[in-house]
Amino acid sequence: MTATAEHAAEDGMGPAPRAPWAVIGRAMLQALLVAMAVLVLYPLAWMALNGFRSNTEIFNDPFALPQHWSFAAYAAAWQNGVSQFVASSLLVTGVSIVTTVFISAWAAYGLTRTRIPGQPLVTGFILGGMMLSPTVALVPLVRMMQDFGLYNTHWALILLYTAFRVPFTTFLIRAYMLDLPRDLDEAARMDGASEGQIFRRIILPLCRPILVSCVILHILFAWNEYLFAMIFTNSPSTQTLPVGLTSLMSKHGTDFAQVFAAMTISALPIVIVFFLTQRYFVRGLTEGIGK
Amino acid sequence: MARSSSLQFDGAAPAGSAVPELRLPRLAEQLLSWRWVALAVLIVGWFVYYPIIDNFRVSTTTQDIFTGEVQHVGLENYARLAGDPVVLTALFNNLAYAVLSIVFQVFGAFVLASIIEDIASHRMRNLWRAIYFIPSAISTTVTGLLFYFIYQPDIGILDGLLTAAGLGGWSRAWLGDQSTAIYAVIAMSQWQGFGYSTLLFTIAIQKIPRDLYDAARMDGAGPLRQLWSVTLPMTREMTGMMIIVTITGAFQVFNEVMVMTSGGPNNSSQVLGTWLYQMGFSQNEMGYAAAIGSLIFAVTMACGLAQLWHTRRRRVAA
Repeated sequence: MTATAEHAAEDGMGPAPRAPWAVIGRAMLQALLVAMAVLVLYPLAWMALNGFRSNTEIFNDPFALPQHWSFAAYAAAWQNGVSQFVASSLLVTGVSIVTTVFISAWAAYGLTRTRIPGQPLVTGFILGGMMLSPTVALVPLVRMMQDFGLYNTHWALILLYTAFRVPFTTFLIRAYMLDLPRDLDEAARMDGASEGQIFRRIILPLCRPILVSCVILHILFAWNEYLFAMIFTNSPSTQTLPVGLTSLMSKHGTDFAQVFAAMTISALPIVIVFFLTQRYFVRGLTEGIGK
Repeated sequence: MARSSSLQFDGAAPAGSAVPELRLPRLAEQLLSWRWVALAVLIVGWFVYYPIIDNFRVSTTTQDIFTGEVQHVGLENYARLAGDPVVLTALFNNLAYAVLSIVFQVFGAFVLASIIEDIASHRMRNLWRAIYFIPSAISTTVTGLLFYFIYQPDIGILDGLLTAAGLGGWSRAWLGDQSTAIYAVIAMSQWQGFGYSTLLFTIAIQKIPRDLYDAARMDGAGPLRQLWSVTLPMTREMTGMMIIVTITGAFQVFNEVMVMTSGGPNNSSQVLGTWLYQMGFSQNEMGYAAAIGSLIFAVTMACGLAQLWHTRRRRVAA
């Protein structure tokens, strides 16, 4: 059948009138897209729904839907530490957004709008940090954090998230600033505006789109970061969600419903943030890799 | 050019200027401009560069983190690295991670992105992209735990699905079996990551001028031919970049392995990151852990330089 169809296409007038095999092909590709979506969504739905079931239900039939929707597991997870983990995650993510974005915006301004002695070297130094992997720095960092008395504090994470994200964030903002026309800041400089005023009143507002992208990419990073959080925090009051989840797992690992509920609570905010800010998200990613 | 105008202004400042301003000498002004970058340089230097350099010093010692006792042992840790069978397993696993991720997250995602761009309507394109991206937005701890449960023989759904598909004979403790543990982890990682690269490829494909496709169609090229002769060459830069980023990522893998198997059973799913962790933080062998860190550094640095070279070449060509 395909053979004759192919012949028809070759003999015929090109792709305009769709040959039957092309229709079938498209239908199969559509089916593939749907199948991939199911592959992505089904495990996530399974996770969220298991949070509404009881342990025995999960055991008896892993596939079944919740029989009576119970919030018990979600409530238990929330009380067994998840509320604290959420608070830590919010604090660490929130503070490190501010520090990272401001330090990076300052640096990007300095690198694109002022004459710094040794500017190419400074650029290379800051952006070069992108190539360095956190794993490699881990052993010396433990000693450093202990010496500073920052071990098992939120500050350790805030400092490290800032330090390891400033290079990438500066890279994004710098690229954006390089493309901004210089007429506006030149005009302001003529009017006697100081560097600080030019930065605050002119450049920063113009950079808003990329700053939003940076904030969102930072949220994605800080909310989900695991390596540093696992090494540098070890008590329920300092642990962020990704590490908190593993300690909840080791304490209440047999209460599956509760673990599933905790996982869902952890995943939901970031999925919502992603859907609300998709446009900026995509821009940040595009700038980051496609520039 | 822009600068000269401001200099002119400095020189020609009217005597009775409304804003009497003290102009600093040039050198001082240049030094003062350092204040913009000072914080970034300080924090990156202190917490990114310094520890990585210090890692090499630590790697030539053996030290006890609790007693603080330090002995200088030269390259002994590196000799041990070369003879450590687990390091070999870890290298193999990192490499398997890289190869399979290139197959699924670079080439698989490329094909998927082409399909989306080819047959989906504008609205549906964004929807598919967004759905596929969801797992990438979620923390690897959550996705890792999720698949840990999915792979469980009692409450997991994988074995149930296999049985339903008549493949019940394939059922096993996926994470508990030495021959499948690392591949089960890698499979989860593909599930989590393919949407991210699909998204990036759709962006790259959208940048290709439409008339190239029109011209190809005029020449009688079918969809596959267009994929091969237009889409692939036009996204080569993105593909090259993605391959390098994927390899770098594969050698930094930690979270998913830690959550799903902790490197077990019997070290069969160790990767360099988890082995470093186990040596440094469970066995208290910081010097040896630092040597493993140097190995990770060498591989990721090579990838980073390749990436830099790749970008430079593209800039020059453009």
